[in-house]
Amino acid sequence: MNLLASILGDRMSWDYFWHGWVQFGGQAATIGGALAVVAGLTYFKKWGYIWREWLTSLDAKKIGVMYTVVAVVMLLRGFGDAVMMRLQQMLASGDSKGFLDAEHFQQVFTAHGTIMIFFVAMGLMFGLINLVLPLMLGARDVAFPLLNSISFYLYLAGFVLVNLSLVYGEFGAVGWLAYPPLSELQFSPGPGVDYWLWSIQIAGIGSTLSAINFIVTILRMRCKGMTLMRMPVFAWSIFATMILTLAAFPMLTGSLFMLSLDRMMGMHYFTSELGGNAMMYINLIWAWGHPEVYILVLPAFGIYSEVVATFARKKLFGYTSMVWALMAIALFSYLVWAHHFFTMGAGGNVNAFFGIMTMIIAIPTGVKVFNWLFTLYKGRIRFDAPMWWFVAFVTTFLIGGATGVMLAVPAIDFQVHNSLFLVAHFHNTIIGGVVFGYFAGLTYWFPKIFGFKLHERLGKLAASLWIAGFFMAFIPIYILGFLGATRRLEKFDPSYGWQPLFIASAIGTAVIGLAVATQLVQLGYSIWKRKQLQDKTGDPWNGRTLEWSVPSPAPEYNFARLPVVHSRDAWWHAKQGQANIYEGAYRDFELPKNTGTGVAIGIAATIFGFAAIWHLWWLCVVAVTMVVWVLVRRMMNEDTEVLVTAAQARKLDATRKAAA
Amino acid sequence: MVKRAARLRLPPLPRWAVVCIWVAVTAIFAAILYRLTKGMNHGILNPKGEIAERQRNLLAFAAALSLLVIVPVYAMLFAFVWRYREGHKRSYKPNWDTHKVYETIWWGIPIMIIGILAAVTWVTSHSLDPYKPLASSKSPVQIQAVAMNWKWLFIYPEQNIASVNEVVIPTNTPVEFTITSDGPMNSFWIPQLAGQIYAMSGMSTKLHINAYDVGSYKGLSSNISGTGFSDMKFAVRAMHQTDYEQWISTAYASHDALNETVYSQLRKPSINNPVALYRVISSDLYDTIIARYMHPDSSQVKTTEENQPSQTKLPTSQDTDHPMHDMGGM
Repeated sequence: MNLLASILGDRMSWDYFWHGWVQFGGQAATIGGALAVVAGLTYFKKWGYIWREWLTSLDAKKIGVMYTVVAVVMLLRGFGDAVMMRLQQMLASGDSKGFLDAEHFQQVFTAHGTIMIFFVAMGLMFGLINLVLPLMLGARDVAFPLLNSISFYLYLAGFVLVNLSLVYGEFGAVGWLAYPPLSELQFSPGPGVDYWLWSIQIAGIGSTLSAINFIVTILRMRCKGMTLMRMPVFAWSIFATMILTLAAFPMLTGSLFMLSLDRMMGMHYFTSELGGNAMMYINLIWAWGHPEVYILVLPAFGIYSEVVATFARKKLFGYTSMVWALMAIALFSYLVWAHHFFTMGAGGNVNAFFGIMTMIIAIPTGVKVFNWLFTLYKGRIRFDAPMWWFVAFVTTFLIGGATGVMLAVPAIDFQVHNSLFLVAHFHNTIIGGVVFGYFAGLTYWFPKIFGFKLHERLGKLAASLWIAGFFMAFIPIYILGFLGATRRLEKFDPSYGWQPLFIASAIGTAVIGLAVATQLVQLGYSIWKRKQLQDKTGDPWNGRTLEWSVPSPAPEYNFARLPVVHSRDAWWHAKQGQANIYEGAYRDFELPKNTGTGVAIGIAATIFGFAAIWHLWWLCVVAVTMVVWVLVRRMMNEDTEVLVTAAQARKLDATRKAAA
Repeated sequence: MVKRAARLRLPPLPRWAVVCIWVAVTAIFAAILYRLTKGMNHGILNPKGEIAERQRNLLAFAAALSLLVIVPVYAMLFAFVWRYREGHKRSYKPNWDTHKVYETIWWGIPIMIIGILAAVTWVTSHSLDPYKPLASSKSPVQIQAVAMNWKWLFIYPEQNIASVNEVVIPTNTPVEFTITSDGPMNSFWIPQLAGQIYAMSGMSTKLHINAYDVGSYKGLSSNISGTGFSDMKFAVRAMHQTDYEQWISTAYASHDALNETVYSQLRKPSINNPVALYRVISSDLYDTIIARYMHPDSSQVKTTEENQPSQTKLPTSQDTDHPMHDMGGM
């Protein structure tokens, strides 16, 4: 018994398995989901297939698909959290306590924020980058394919830990940025904050590594003739985003590391007493946190730029302005972090500076909107589903931008900070800007990856339901903010009269639920009807950039011959007969071989996170040793690439063309 | 199965029908919201004090300014997607991608609007600074607010009384709140009287208010502070000077003393504390609460004293001393 106690440490306890029936629902769903996947793979004898074709693959497109799948699973979980919150706030007025107690409600909104930002938005972003960036640049792969795989598995380790917290333990009940001193051991002694800490710490390291990978890819892997100013705007947006990521994520890692030292080793970086200062954490976390929102939205801006030009069948208006606007937003996003805490009492000069810097960002953003509008002007606009997402974006994002500018005025912020007005504002920008953008991107590039389009009318229906549901859910939330409702309340006094608006918002959430269901049906129906929806040409939208010049689904090697470009929108010009992008001879090239290195590192990282959460120090050592061992083994392996000769490339190309 | 799905498929809706549906849905939704919010008069749009009123006016100004962008952009979006949809007979310029004058205009318009708002921001960040004393012929009432798990303690240092979860103030008199926390961070907010400011342990922040009308206003914490966060609410009762003075004397005459034992009792986490009134014996209770979080070694306290706020100093006309200035720069 003593031995067992020393192995399991003093933190683990059976009590962490049972919290109540509502939590049991979460446990059952998580375990059930995991078991269903395992059982399905076993029953259909797909373990070998999934290992060879997916888990060990270093093909960026497959890694992109895996990111997207994980992100969609997390989207459903995060949406489930949102539904729980809306139901609770709809019910809990006065004597009615709803179905969640304070502690559980706080865990739910902490999980919702953490999941939506770190695992849905970041996951979809890295997914989309992997799916299309190399294709757009005329490259066969990213700069460091193995690093790419490792990044994905670190993200997956975070995903496992977040979901494990549903089964064994608890999640932080401190808000998605876990401000100390509340998140310190004194006020949050349980493992919840540690689950939060280690899941995003590990996923965050993956993001930093990805940033290095994509920056190098953009700088070094572009095809011949593609100067920086000939890159598609999506590639520019990724360039800006990845610079932001590389500069910002180490700040997150550092702040989380200091907080974990406070919690594990009794240090005092951010505690109330003994010289610690919680305000230091709040500054540091937002110095990461504000660039983070631009990390999410800039790729979406890139997607809109591609979508609008393609469907208006017109060159993107003001390319140079667009690039400058992107880079200006990236720069200014570092100079605004203190607008998240004007209410800390920093005084007029500091607040005015950060307020003005914040509203300056509205200028390049406004320029981008005007450029998109003038791309439509005198175009011939086709209204396929991606365009619906663009219109959804402009109609919603404008309001989010305007409320953002209001929040940027410190004297106004004092009245709406931490209120539901703020909550409505950032959902307005993140749903309107980021989510709609990523949906547009997924719809747009889906045929390139899978070889068939998503069903059009179901997509348009989903977009319509999303817009309607969005306004129905969040306009009441804006109004509640004006009525003095703060965020994160699990119950409220009936005399405030908030309940009808919470009910209205819950109905809007139900409409969003219908929209999500429509998207799932759309996916299922499209797979079922994939023959009718097949993309035979490789260029279903009459596209402009290089990814549409290869067959769909894009082959593993992307290009049998690397393209040579002479202008922006090279594929468009090639179709007009103005230039030939595939000239010259076939050449030998190498493709990375599959490897289980990423999987092994992901498993070790998960074990490390679990061990750190439960204070199993010996297991931490084991996990670190495992990582080192895997890396050393990999370094000694020299047989990591497979050669495709010029003759084979020609043959592959010919078979592809014959099949199409 | 396939046949049935095909039979159920709806014909595509004509464009005018789609537009009508959207207009109808929007109108119904707006009508419902109007009905739901009718008669609600307790938010930041219905200020009952000087600061909240000026903040409301500023909000209205910023909203009006943003409409200058929103309305034309909406108009352009819908006009362009309608006029230039596929099949139109108007001009199509696939290679037209730059125009110096146009681009200058839409860099220029946002720059001008933001320029105006930036100037307003600079001025109001100072004029509506919560640390700035309010102009008045009366000297301000001093109240010290302490956020605790999970209740608010209000100390009246000049009257030597204290109250829990209720604060009474005279109308048309400036009130200076000095705010700290004895526990996690909270945010001190009375929506109808003034915007919020954080309550942080070991530190002191300030908020000035001036209530116009007699009434009871909602006060709350807007920053999550643990399990009892939703109950971190308090009533603000604004009354005429004579009623206020009477309340003070009743409070002083009839209630328990807030000594160390009672305070440590109060410090224990509790939810939904009833309103309570105390006499205060020690004049430096608030300073003791802040000092709890300072370094235990007294010599070090001395060296860091400059960084720490002083609560005993009475405000002068220029006094907007910002103990947090150093912190904000970190």
